[in-house]
Amino acid sequence: MTTVLTIDDSPSIRQIVSLTLSGAGYDVLEAADGAEGLKIATERKVDVVLTDLNMPVMNGIEFTRSFRGHPAGRGVPVVLLTTESDESMKAQAKGAGATGWIQKPFQQGQLLRIMAKVAGA
Amino acid sequence: MSSVDPKDTFRAEANDLLEQLEKDLLDLSASPDSGSLIDGVFRALHTIKGSGAMFGFTVIADFVHAFETAFDRVRKGEAKVTPELVNLALRARDNICALIDGGDDAASAGILSELDRIVSGGTAAGAGASTWTVRFKLAGDAVANGANPVLLLDEIRAIGPTRITAITDDVPALADLDPEALHLAWEAEIEHIDPTEAIEDVFLFLRDDMELSIVRRDPVGESDADAPKAADSGPAAGVGQDGVAPAIRVSAERLDELMDRVGELVTAQARLSQLANIFKDPSLSALAEDFERLTSGMRETTMEIRMVPIGTIFGRFRRLVHDLSCELGKDIALDMDGEDTELDKTVIERLADPMVHLIRNACDHGLETTAQRLTAGKGGQGTIRLQAACSGTEVRVIISDDGAGLDVARIRARAIEAGIIPADREMSEEEVHQLIFEPGFSTAREVTALSGRGVGMDVVKRTIEALHGHITVSSRPAEGTRICLHLPLTLAIIDGILVRVGDGKFTIPLTAVEECVELDDNIAETERGRSFLNIRGTLVPYIRLRQLFGTRAPADPYPKVVIISSGENRVGLVVDQILGNSQTVIKQLSRLHARAGAFSGATVLGDGAVALILDPSALVSRGKVEAGEADRKRPAELAA
Repeated sequence: MTTVLTIDDSPSIRQIVSLTLSGAGYDVLEAADGAEGLKIATERKVDVVLTDLNMPVMNGIEFTRSFRGHPAGRGVPVVLLTTESDESMKAQAKGAGATGWIQKPFQQGQLLRIMAKVAGA
Repeated sequence: MSSVDPKDTFRAEANDLLEQLEKDLLDLSASPDSGSLIDGVFRALHTIKGSGAMFGFTVIADFVHAFETAFDRVRKGEAKVTPELVNLALRARDNICALIDGGDDAASAGILSELDRIVSGGTAAGAGASTWTVRFKLAGDAVANGANPVLLLDEIRAIGPTRITAITDDVPALADLDPEALHLAWEAEIEHIDPTEAIEDVFLFLRDDMELSIVRRDPVGESDADAPKAADSGPAAGVGQDGVAPAIRVSAERLDELMDRVGELVTAQARLSQLANIFKDPSLSALAEDFERLTSGMRETTMEIRMVPIGTIFGRFRRLVHDLSCELGKDIALDMDGEDTELDKTVIERLADPMVHLIRNACDHGLETTAQRLTAGKGGQGTIRLQAACSGTEVRVIISDDGAGLDVARIRARAIEAGIIPADREMSEEEVHQLIFEPGFSTAREVTALSGRGVGMDVVKRTIEALHGHITVSSRPAEGTRICLHLPLTLAIIDGILVRVGDGKFTIPLTAVEECVELDDNIAETERGRSFLNIRGTLVPYIRLRQLFGTRAPADPYPKVVIISSGENRVGLVVDQILGNSQTVIKQLSRLHARAGAFSGATVLGDGAVALILDPSALVSRGKVEAGEADRKRPAELAA
């Protein structure tokens, strides 16, 4: 089973992501900020990470950069949830090693499509 | 409260439809000109689209819509059914399967554009499509950053018939190789009208920092023959098929056969038990007991196999209410409860039509218009509630609305007008409610397209009674109407009480039995009028089965009465002897005996004798008629 880690400071977003993905057969882990997410992502086997961009403690870009720097983070798809279609943000995210992005608000179908795209499930 | 996910219902429904679709498509390839098959394909697509959109599967709905649009040309005769079309349609069908199972829709665009090409007059294979060469090289750190070239190649293959070659020119010598970097490039040849958009979609996240060229090859001099290699084309269409099926499908016929055999087994077991009783041989008795235990386990398991959650038909009522709400211009909410209540498959199937009728009635006649509701001080939105619950050996299915309730005066007036009851008949409110089930009754002032012509409710009642069930109705003015269907758990085997009348043995379905009493203690006051029992202060009419069946054998000195009920009414059946409980395998009566009103079937007893099964609803209405006659003869005495 594909394990997805969803990192977001908003419990409601975590919940909708979690419900959508577990409904589609993914195993879902949750974290409330980048630091907590990094701990989980490096300690457990995670197949895909879905992370918010703006979060307290450690934001999505910092998370991505740190995760990629860790041996466990090489090659694991990291998808950023963005609210703005800000190009510089995207470039920054790519520079940090993000695999893709999905813009909020998104529909469940879009999320599943992106997941299938990066995880192949 | 139950929580059957409506999406699961949709999936199950869609899977059935997809199965039908597949069958129709396959049949279509054998007889390409069959209009009914084309219609069947169309209908299946239409239904999937409708419910897909309703349950939020927009990706599926959009794809099916496009599929349907393409197929519409076939239906209109603008395009012919060719093997190529059938194959593609089958691929499209598989794609819907994959989408339902949560797969991505990367393959959709390719399939649709090909479908479009075929139906828009492309006769020869490959017309309109040409060969495109796509070359791409990802950034060196793409794989480290989570991109997976294998998935990308799969997505490209899903666009159309594809041949992919890896280009290894840039792979450095081993000493210089960075194992984490990507050195490969790929070249793909794709058969397509124009794959540009689909390709760019594949590289959605990578487009900015990769090399990509999409070039159309000159079709002249190109042979298409080698292009569509089966092994290479469209593995994505098979997504979702490799999951192990959690259930297997068995044809209903085989299930019926199994049930029949188990029925015979129950009969044989009863005989064995009886023999064991006669011979008093301990080892035979032990065997008979074991056999009894096994048989009853077998019977239960078989019945469970036939059980289907009622949610399978509740699902389609969602759509029905939605459509009715649009058509009638009423705001109607549908509330469902107990969808996981299980019933015999046959019961469920035969239940669908009556329920459609009851729901239509509730929406059309039961619920007021929004304006009327607001005037009456209710919320503008009316609610139809469907509830199902198990209660002992029966299942109750309740259809209720929060509308105006049954109009007793109007029903009465209408029944008199239709000649169903005489004008001077005194009736309780409950009795008036029952009139809506009389043949030829319809209260709707104007016949609407939906509720039809007033032929419905009596048919509903008959259907339910044919299932050995009965209907009760209750209604309160301004609060709504509630119709309750009482249904047996299963059709094939029932629990019954075995009684003797003269020399004959009869079975009374246990669901109808209320109690058993002695006759002489309970005869109403003196034997002034006729045929009434005093059951704790209520008068219940009774029928002497000896008279009804014309039995000549000598009567028992102490006759017993079995009180049975159907709907709101009760009647006592006077029998010679109550023999006990019996598990009864129902055998249908032959057509010749179908009119023997008092019986609903027959059963074979343990000793090989045949017992007829009494039909409670027929007997209760007979009791009512006789009571009615007595009633008119001496109303003063009864009232006293």
